[in-house]
Amino acid sequence: MVGKLLLRGMLVGLVAGILAFAFARVYGEPQVDKAIAFEEQQAQAAGEAPEPEMVSRAIQAGIGLATGVLVYGAALGGLFSLVFAYAYGRLGSLGPRGTSALLALLGFLAVIVVPGLKYPANPPAVGNPETIAYRTELFFIMIVISIAAMVAAVGLAQRLWNRLGAWNASIAAALAFLVVFALVKAALPDINEVPESFSATVLWQFRVASLGIQLVLWTVVGLGFGAVVERVVGVRDQRGPARRYA
Amino acid sequence: MSDTTFAPSYGPVAIPVRELLPWAIFGGLLLMLAIYFIGAEEGATSLIRGTYVHEFVHDGRHLLGFPCH
Repeated sequence: MVGKLLLRGMLVGLVAGILAFAFARVYGEPQVDKAIAFEEQQAQAAGEAPEPEMVSRAIQAGIGLATGVLVYGAALGGLFSLVFAYAYGRLGSLGPRGTSALLALLGFLAVIVVPGLKYPANPPAVGNPETIAYRTELFFIMIVISIAAMVAAVGLAQRLWNRLGAWNASIAAALAFLVVFALVKAALPDINEVPESFSATVLWQFRVASLGIQLVLWTVVGLGFGAVVERVVGVRDQRGPARRYA
Repeated sequence: MSDTTFAPSYGPVAIPVRELLPWAIFGGLLLMLAIYFIGAEEGATSLIRGTYVHEFVHDGRHLLGFPCH
């Protein structure tokens, strides 16, 4: 059963990755190119020798980008299916499609949006190579805290469900999540390594494209996975005992 | 009422944790390793010498939102 879910999750993730790659090609690559042009111009102005190109731009923007996004998509789909395998049947009476869609929404918020508000995606030319270890550490700490807060918020909503009703329990849990986010956002150090003369437009469009790629991935996984596992997971119907399609 | 459990008479059936756990551990580790190679190898940490992996997935790494350079 779990193996079937995992396989389907990875396949849906792969499809999501293909669509996200197309999106990244159209909306993301122009911004990467502009950022690299800026980087080269800065290096030239500073009298530095141009960096040797180990992998050509065409490969980076083609097969390299495709590999990155597809592997990421398949891995995301797989991990998503494992979380689904645990959450299904444990989130009230939500069916497979509802569970999948809700998990994708909460996951997108906890893994992408909230950490991204603190440590947003940056194009090439933004970021000091000397602080990469520090920045990577903070980025993952932020994601871990955000996921933990989301799990706690869902638990809180479930606990308050019967007492407050569905709406009020969810609002209370969302507020608790926001409070944690506000505290963590204030407590963790800020990072701003955008060069003074970097185009604000390129930075904005790059970040919107980056968010768009993630939105494509999570939407396709959330809606697609529910659809393909509808007949795999167990349901109990009104008349008889537990029934499994698997 | 022959049903002696507290589970509702209809609705989704949860997968027992002991059935899920081995998949979650081994699958989860492998999948996270894949994300590590796309997102962080030859950046903050490095298992393979050189910068080829980094350069190859460079654009994806930036666009997927990982810290880079």
